[in-house]
Amino acid sequence: MTLTDSPGTAGTAAGVKPVLEVRDLSVSFPTDDGLVQAVRGVSYRLMPREVLGIVGESGSGKSVTSLAIMGLLPRTARIAGSACLGDQELIGAPYSTMQHLRGRRISMVFQDPISSLNPVYSIGWQLAEAVRAHHDVSKQAAADRAVDLLQLVGIPNAKERASNYPHEFSGGMRQRVVIAIAIANDPEVLIADEPTTALDVTVQAQILETLDLARRETNAAMVLITHDLGVVAGVADRVLVMYAGKPVETGTVDEIYYSSRMPYTLGLLASLPRLDDRKGGALRPIPGSPPSLLNLAPGCPFSPRCTYRGDVCDEQEPELLEVAPGGHRAACHFSDQLEQRREAPVLETDATLQEELA
Amino acid sequence: MTDVTVPKPDMIKADGPQRDVSSRDFTVRRRSQSALVLRRFLQHRLAVISLVVFLVLVLLSLFAETWWQYTSTTITDDLSQGPSLKHPMGTDSTGHDLLAKVLAGARVSVLVALLVAVLSTAFGTVFGALSGFYGGRADTLMMRFVDLILTVPSLAILITLGATIAGGGGDPIVIALILASLSWLQIARIIRGLFLSLREKEYVEAARCLGASNRRIIFRHLLPNAVGPIIVNATIVVAVAILAETALSFLGFGIKFPSTSLGLLVAEGQSAASTRPWLFYFPGLVIVLIALTINFVGDGLRDALDPQQNRVRA
Amino acid sequence: MYAFALRRLLISVPLLLVSSMIVYALVHFAGDPLRDLEGRNPPVPPAVLEERRRLLGLDKSLPEQYWNWLTGIVTGDFGPSVKGIDIGADLSRRLGVTMRMVILAILLAVILAMVVGVLSAVKQYSGVDYTATLLGFIALSMPVFWLAALLKEFLAIRINQAIGKTVVYTIGESTPGLEGGLLTKLADQAGHLVLPTIALAAVNYAAWSRYQRSSMLDVLNSDFIRLARAKGLSRRRVMVRHALRCALIPLTTVVALDAGAILGGAVITERVFAWHGMGEMLLNAANDQDVNRLLAWLMVSAVIVVLFNLVADLLYAYLDPRIRYA
Repeated sequence: MTLTDSPGTAGTAAGVKPVLEVRDLSVSFPTDDGLVQAVRGVSYRLMPREVLGIVGESGSGKSVTSLAIMGLLPRTARIAGSACLGDQELIGAPYSTMQHLRGRRISMVFQDPISSLNPVYSIGWQLAEAVRAHHDVSKQAAADRAVDLLQLVGIPNAKERASNYPHEFSGGMRQRVVIAIAIANDPEVLIADEPTTALDVTVQAQILETLDLARRETNAAMVLITHDLGVVAGVADRVLVMYAGKPVETGTVDEIYYSSRMPYTLGLLASLPRLDDRKGGALRPIPGSPPSLLNLAPGCPFSPRCTYRGDVCDEQEPELLEVAPGGHRAACHFSDQLEQRREAPVLETDATLQEELA
Repeated sequence: MTDVTVPKPDMIKADGPQRDVSSRDFTVRRRSQSALVLRRFLQHRLAVISLVVFLVLVLLSLFAETWWQYTSTTITDDLSQGPSLKHPMGTDSTGHDLLAKVLAGARVSVLVALLVAVLSTAFGTVFGALSGFYGGRADTLMMRFVDLILTVPSLAILITLGATIAGGGGDPIVIALILASLSWLQIARIIRGLFLSLREKEYVEAARCLGASNRRIIFRHLLPNAVGPIIVNATIVVAVAILAETALSFLGFGIKFPSTSLGLLVAEGQSAASTRPWLFYFPGLVIVLIALTINFVGDGLRDALDPQQNRVRA
Repeated sequence: MYAFALRRLLISVPLLLVSSMIVYALVHFAGDPLRDLEGRNPPVPPAVLEERRRLLGLDKSLPEQYWNWLTGIVTGDFGPSVKGIDIGADLSRRLGVTMRMVILAILLAVILAMVVGVLSAVKQYSGVDYTATLLGFIALSMPVFWLAALLKEFLAIRINQAIGKTVVYTIGESTPGLEGGLLTKLADQAGHLVLPTIALAAVNYAAWSRYQRSSMLDVLNSDFIRLARAKGLSRRRVMVRHALRCALIPLTTVVALDAGAILGGAVITERVFAWHGMGEMLLNAANDQDVNRLLAWLMVSAVIVVLFNLVADLLYAYLDPRIRYA
């Protein structure tokens, strides 16, 4: 079930159709206090084998977007817009349709591996179940495939461990199992929703490696959701920055990191701790907190926290407009003026870090 | 769906850390905790109606003499009459007005149940709080004791005590004490569980670091956070106690003549259920009505006091 | 699993021992087995009182009395009854009668609670959910004795009239002196069982279905159900194999916890339907101030409750691997 499309450079080759195309997706939740607009119009294209990083604070709507695509939001959620997996529209598709797509063509790795696995079944059983959900194979064949998958994601003694229950595994090991379940049927699209957030720092890198390995093994395109710009830098081809339920900047990793045109992205980059800081230098957080998504005030939602704010910002919400040829877009009234601002490249930090660790 | 949640630090502070910050905290205005609880309770329409019905019922039975022409001991000339304007619930074979008897029975049953709720909540809370707060060996011992009592059907204990204590005289106060002596077990368990988890919270640790005494921690930090469950469970005890008392009286081991109870009235009416059904129907219906309204009030309180059960309107 | 079962069984022994002490103390401090004699007019001669006291072992110290009683019970001797009843034989006959109803009622209530609880969780805030909730609240607020009497006085007559012959019986646990084969007897017993079982089941069903609903809701909102959906499983498989399986675990505990309450409810239903079971025995013993009969009843019910908990523990361990391997 591997993709036969010509690989080419991800996302640029002409004539290659995107595996996942999201257009104007918006999600809101009715609550006692009114409508919470969690996602307010997200669009992106995911090309075959491409890795798209979606970055934003918690509450920016990045997880809700993905759950909407997977059809996993609670029934109370109101979803509008479109998300196409190949030619198949996902938004509003009936359960019976989604059932055959989920886990086979589009898979998801969730944030919390501790609670993601059913506590009463062995992990081998749960993996085999995922295989048998889409392939008419014998129980034995599914069990064998489960062991292979466990081996692939780096679980030692996979054969013996398959009969163990989730509570007998560490968080990192459980996340490997979840990844194994996600790739069990060679999906075209793999969505990883903050896959390392709930884990110890020490195993985060391993899980990212496993995820990358799994992606390459299955030739899947991947959406990597995170609030950690450092994680995205290493893995992603393109980045989508979200704020208050909307994309505020999108572009290649280099464009975002070296020539960002959006004050929020600049703030995120500036808030990363850096090794070349002078000793004892304080972290530089973005002041304030994200806006409530209930009764959002008109204007740019970031303006109360923005240092480049002008009068226009409080009246009109900026649109996501192209700021440089090739798909770099930003939503800021002053993106032109930000061009001159050259932030010190953040990736240097990682380079120095790697040198020091070497 | 953690993504939809925007925790506001000031809300967390205002409500006590025990509250989970949920989607509700998108509120634009900040409301005080009690206003929030009241608002949520008022949204539960059935609970509000139930509270009104229950209070009206209690008031009607408490002040029965002032508005109803008969008392439970008045003997009228109307023998075994069905419901009519003169006797809305009919009369029994000796000419007693059933409405007057039901009012008297409801008064006793409700007062006994309220007394049971107050006594058992007070004792159960203290017992559970101490057990949960100190934990360890004392906790094990105290909870084993509770478990042991629960191994014997409580109705059997009630019957044994009801038949023997005070010579089985059926005095309402004695019956209330007997009921209370078993009703505190559930509350103790719940409060103990709550305290066990509450005492591990960071703010308790913080209070301890600041040198707060155990007494201060229990009364200023833990108890206020347990108020919700305590109130909800006290409500449930009222309903359970009404049912237990009427059952006990029905079986002949609870309240006895000359006092009266709704259970006693049903027992008297049961023999006439096919010939004079009103004698059996009305007292039973009143029991159901009282228990039902209390249960609905309890449900409304639970919704209002337990923010984890926030419902999102579809 | 066997080691787990054995360990649980061994824990029950000291539990029952301490429970026997509490029961013994309760009955002894609460009651006076000589009251009915002492209160008589004309007064009973002191010699008779003395004789009775000796018969009941009241002339010995309390620990000694307890010890004699306990060793007696272990060998199946429940001590003398003031009414001259053979407690052991009486008890074993009544136990069968009552447990028949209790076990059936538990099964009925558990099945109903599962079905209704799951349905109203899956269709949360729908008409089904609201109806089930309302009915549950009404059942929860229904005094068992009134519901039982209602079924007996009104429903039974209607049913029998509609069918044209007596199908459901309202008095006793079987027709006395019934002639016929095993099948006739079974049908007769079933006819007697229907209404009491429904009455007893209804009250417990209400609380359990509420419980099942909330535990099902908890499970449905959990991450592993989301993953199960994300795997591409059918709705049915997600509900039954993943959600229901996990939501049943807490129910076993609740059912076991309510074992005592069910026995209590059985006492009341038996009274209404004039059964000659454990309930009648308890009420008579309490009226007669028959200490040893009361004690026998309380001890047997304690054993039943402990057994229920044992079964629940085993079920729990079967359903939840985390317990099994702990």
